[in-house]
Amino acid sequence: MSGNRGIGAAAPRSEDRRFITGRGRYVDDINLRSQRYAWFVRSPHPHAEVRGVDAEQALRMPGVAAVLTGADLQADGIGPLPVAWGITSMDGSPAVEPEFPALATDRVRYVGNPVAVVIADTRAAARDAAEKVNVHYQELDSVSNAAAAMEEGAPQLHDAAEGNLCFNWEWLPSAMAPEARANTDRAFREAAHVVSLELVNNRLVPNAMEPRASLADFNPGTGQLTLYATSQNPHVNRLLLCTATLKMPEHKVRVVAPDVGGGFGSKIYHYAEELVVCWASRRLGVPVKWTAERSESFLGDAQGRDHLTRVELALDADARFTGLRVDTIANLGGWLSAFGPAIPTVFYAPLLAGVYKTPNIYVTVKGVFTNTTPTDAYRGAGRPEACYAIERIVDEAAAQLRMDPAEIRRRNFIPPDEFPYQSPVGQLYDSGDFEGCLNLAMELNGYAGFDQRRRQSEARGKLRGRGMSFYIEACGAAPSQAAGQLGARAGLYEVATVRVHPTGAVQVMTGAHSHGQSHETTFAQIVADRLGVDFGNVEVVHGDTGEVPFGMGTYGSRSLAVGGSALVKAIDKVIEKGRKIAAHLLEAAADDIEFSEGQFRVAGTGREVAFGDVALAAYVPHNYPLQELEPGLEETSFFDPENFTFPSGCYICEVEVDPGTGVVELCDFVAADDFGNLINPMVVEGQVHGGLAQGIGQALMEHCRYTPEGQLLTGSYMDYCMPRADDLPSFKVATRSTPTPFNPLGVKGCGEAGAIGAPPAVINALLDALRPLGVTHIDMPATPNAVWQAIQAAQAVE
Amino acid sequence: MREFDYYRAGSVRDAAKKLAAAGNPMLLAGGMTLLPALKMRLNEPSALIDLAGIDELKGVRLGRKAARVGATTTHAEVSGNVELRAAIPALSQAAESIGDPQVRNRGTLGGSLANNDPAADYPAVALGLGATVITNKRKIAADEFFKGMFETALRSGELVTEVLFPLPQRAGYAKFPNPATRYALAGVCVAQFKSGARVAVTGAGTSVHRLKDFEEALNEDFSPGALEGLSVSAASMNDDMHASAEYRAHLVGVMARRAVRMALG
Ligand SMILES: Cc1cc2nc3c(=O)[nH]c(=O)nc-3n(C[C@H](O)[C@H](O)[C@H](O)COP(=O)(O)OP(=O)(O)OC[C@H]3O[C@@H](n4cnc5c(N)ncnc54)[C@H](O)[C@@H]3O)c2cc1C
Repeated sequence: MSGNRGIGAAAPRSEDRRFITGRGRYVDDINLRSQRYAWFVRSPHPHAEVRGVDAEQALRMPGVAAVLTGADLQADGIGPLPVAWGITSMDGSPAVEPEFPALATDRVRYVGNPVAVVIADTRAAARDAAEKVNVHYQELDSVSNAAAAMEEGAPQLHDAAEGNLCFNWEWLPSAMAPEARANTDRAFREAAHVVSLELVNNRLVPNAMEPRASLADFNPGTGQLTLYATSQNPHVNRLLLCTATLKMPEHKVRVVAPDVGGGFGSKIYHYAEELVVCWASRRLGVPVKWTAERSESFLGDAQGRDHLTRVELALDADARFTGLRVDTIANLGGWLSAFGPAIPTVFYAPLLAGVYKTPNIYVTVKGVFTNTTPTDAYRGAGRPEACYAIERIVDEAAAQLRMDPAEIRRRNFIPPDEFPYQSPVGQLYDSGDFEGCLNLAMELNGYAGFDQRRRQSEARGKLRGRGMSFYIEACGAAPSQAAGQLGARAGLYEVATVRVHPTGAVQVMTGAHSHGQSHETTFAQIVADRLGVDFGNVEVVHGDTGEVPFGMGTYGSRSLAVGGSALVKAIDKVIEKGRKIAAHLLEAAADDIEFSEGQFRVAGTGREVAFGDVALAAYVPHNYPLQELEPGLEETSFFDPENFTFPSGCYICEVEVDPGTGVVELCDFVAADDFGNLINPMVVEGQVHGGLAQGIGQALMEHCRYTPEGQLLTGSYMDYCMPRADDLPSFKVATRSTPTPFNPLGVKGCGEAGAIGAPPAVINALLDALRPLGVTHIDMPATPNAVWQAIQAAQAVE
Repeated sequence: MREFDYYRAGSVRDAAKKLAAAGNPMLLAGGMTLLPALKMRLNEPSALIDLAGIDELKGVRLGRKAARVGATTTHAEVSGNVELRAAIPALSQAAESIGDPQVRNRGTLGGSLANNDPAADYPAVALGLGATVITNKRKIAADEFFKGMFETALRSGELVTEVLFPLPQRAGYAKFPNPATRYALAGVCVAQFKSGARVAVTGAGTSVHRLKDFEEALNEDFSPGALEGLSVSAASMNDDMHASAEYRAHLVGVMARRAVRMALG
């Protein structure tokens, strides 16, 4: 009955009709009676003491209801913005977690740091008045680069963080670290070849299409607070509001994340602005709305990446990897964002084995405070940084040893018969067929024809290069116990309720949240497939703590692997109960009832009852086993996964460089991914395309830049270069699936893959093109200017 | 954005009269530059005088010796005009290289010239073709019109009504876009007239300007090869995070040769 809308079907997206016809409902589309508007006064300085906030003039402006400051926040006992993950330094001390007040109390530490808020009748009135708020700043010396911040005499951001060091961390965990370190050092001493690279992983601005917005509505009559927010995880926002900041009981707080236009990680966190509008609404007893301007998104949304890494690879005489050493400095920004300390550590180091059987790996990471916007998860979150380090150094080794990049990888792959594979950095890889993916990618690329294509490019005066990358990532966060051991302060299960109505119509309440991922389609496909009901008879409800029992939200490519699994478990419970009802209706034993294609059937007979009739019987229990079974047909499951899932894939990129201008043109881009089983291949392809666009953006265009002191240089699209459709080639994507054994659907997750695998593939291709000119290294983004300068510098040497 | 009055002018006279009023009234053409500036509160006019309703400011008229383009003719109308493209391909090439379809459907020739953004495309073509900017008061040669970064010869109360482009023997416009904005990082217009060659550069320096030595070389021999070996000094170039001064200087040479090739078809 699911027809062409079951598992595996490229069903068209149910969401699209409302988005395409302008019927989506985003936070800023919601307007409430008596609503006021918030405008934030933000620090223009990267680092300053706040000596005082004089609001007198602002308060006299027309339409102004209030001007609130950090002092008011403290007086009302509002808690600081929480850090959700605790990291422990190698000496056993906890990471420095300075209190991050939603409005600055004593110091500002980045440009854009909120200092005060004006609440007024209109947005324009609030903005006009904000210009009249007089903040008395005492400017302090400041620093934006993480390495510079570690130097002696650098400006100090937080008293507790000596040398601006938040943590100095090693991997493996402390008990095993000395051995890992000693073994790795030995591998380097005994190596036949050692290659090393210094890499910059450029800072990025997430740039969701919809800027962040929050609308808080406190009802003084009931004491109930409703927050409409651009959130990837409304239950997490509620959890943090209730436990950490506003400190209200959960039953008094409802968080709704309606249609949300993209997140990429930047909408995970409990931000200052959403907390402040909730608090302001509670104080004033009227709804308060804030919608970010694009320039505020540049200043205020948690940014991504920003690593400085030294990576070294040891190889034996046969080019087998024997050791990997990675030392990274991660720029955390002026304060810790919620997962700020986790992303460059536990989401990074455990992936540094890549797809290779490198036996010895030792990783150190220093987390550093600087006068920049806080960094946190951005599409891939730690895994792109890991993949970039590995795949650049592997290509460097191939180049130095004059080996084919495919061959050096092939020689070091974890073979398919070794799964599940315990990596030396603590991950148990579920499944994979790396050789198969590589072959698929090479076939799609037409690997053998490259030399001819290169000659054709040369004839046109262009330099052609080809590069590959092979990623593996951990998705489906997370086994809660493992996450807890690594410092997580929350569980990471997922929740689903399946509500079967008397007519057999099905509603699914999921704790995952779709802000572009198409859950309304794919989750409905799972239900249609498993329950044999019509796809159109299933509705997926998400993004409302008032409707969904609980959940941890959507990030880290976890929705399907964890949320989809919870859904399957809940469906199984529905079927189980249905079987008992059917047994009663068919006067048979429950054990004899089979369920398939929407029919409960007595095994081996033609006696059957349809799913819809069972549902009706559950709600109209005239003929019903009331002694054994409650009426109704609704089940909830919490699913806490046994392990992460490990998507992997091989990307091949071909570029053509114009040596006269430094322009890099992408001629071919192949992605061969292993996402396990696919629910909807069209949706998967869309996710891959989006990820690739962002990965290519990082490689060639995007760079969030500050002055050395911390003034943001790329505060708009006039300076921050976003990839456009015509910058990108027509992607060739294919999948080769090895289902994971760790969840009931055998699915792995596909949301971040492109952003993880693309950057090294592009840069490897570019270096392949430029090596004949003597260029051996280039940092991202490889803009025309950077490429041309690299060529000039190499030629000056020759 | 702050509050302002809005007038929809019915004629050039009407617009000029409103422009002379007290306060700080401003003309509104396509709004592609002005509206973002208002939103960011960089401009705070007392009134906007919308030129969109003035028919006499619109359209292209092609003569034997020159093309006249009305001030509020959009970039899309310029690039889509088939006769104009045949007569002055460089003008069409410049127009179609501006922004994206939305911008080209709103933005106007007059607005672009009056704004004189140092990285805008039209100023290079106007200067390269030796255009004459016609206002409600006088005629201004392009060589006199562009005064410096965002500065023109326009006086207060003056509005551009039309631009007269003499038809060249051949001309081309080559643009290297800024990867972020897609304005010109270096844009070069070359044109050949009976009276000699003209070369104008935008994007690379503080304002659109001519390259006399490039022109002399092209007077000798209108070919890309004639420009080989010529260069501009990096000292006169902009230097920012998108492009170093040396890179811009280099691009000027590359784009100039490309423009000549385009002119030669
Ligand atoms: C996303 C984007 C991309 C762009 N890309 C490019 C690009 O690649 N290349 C490029 O060259 N430009 C680019 N532009 C600018 C675009 O070409 C604008 O159209 C142009 O700069 C201004 O024209 P307008 O008609 O919109 O003028 P408006 O914004 O309406 O006005 C601009 C200024 O000119 C004044 N003005 C307008 N008309 C007259 C007149 N007739 N007489 C006197 N003064 C007048 C106004 O008062 C105002 O000060 C881009 C703009 C955007 C938004």
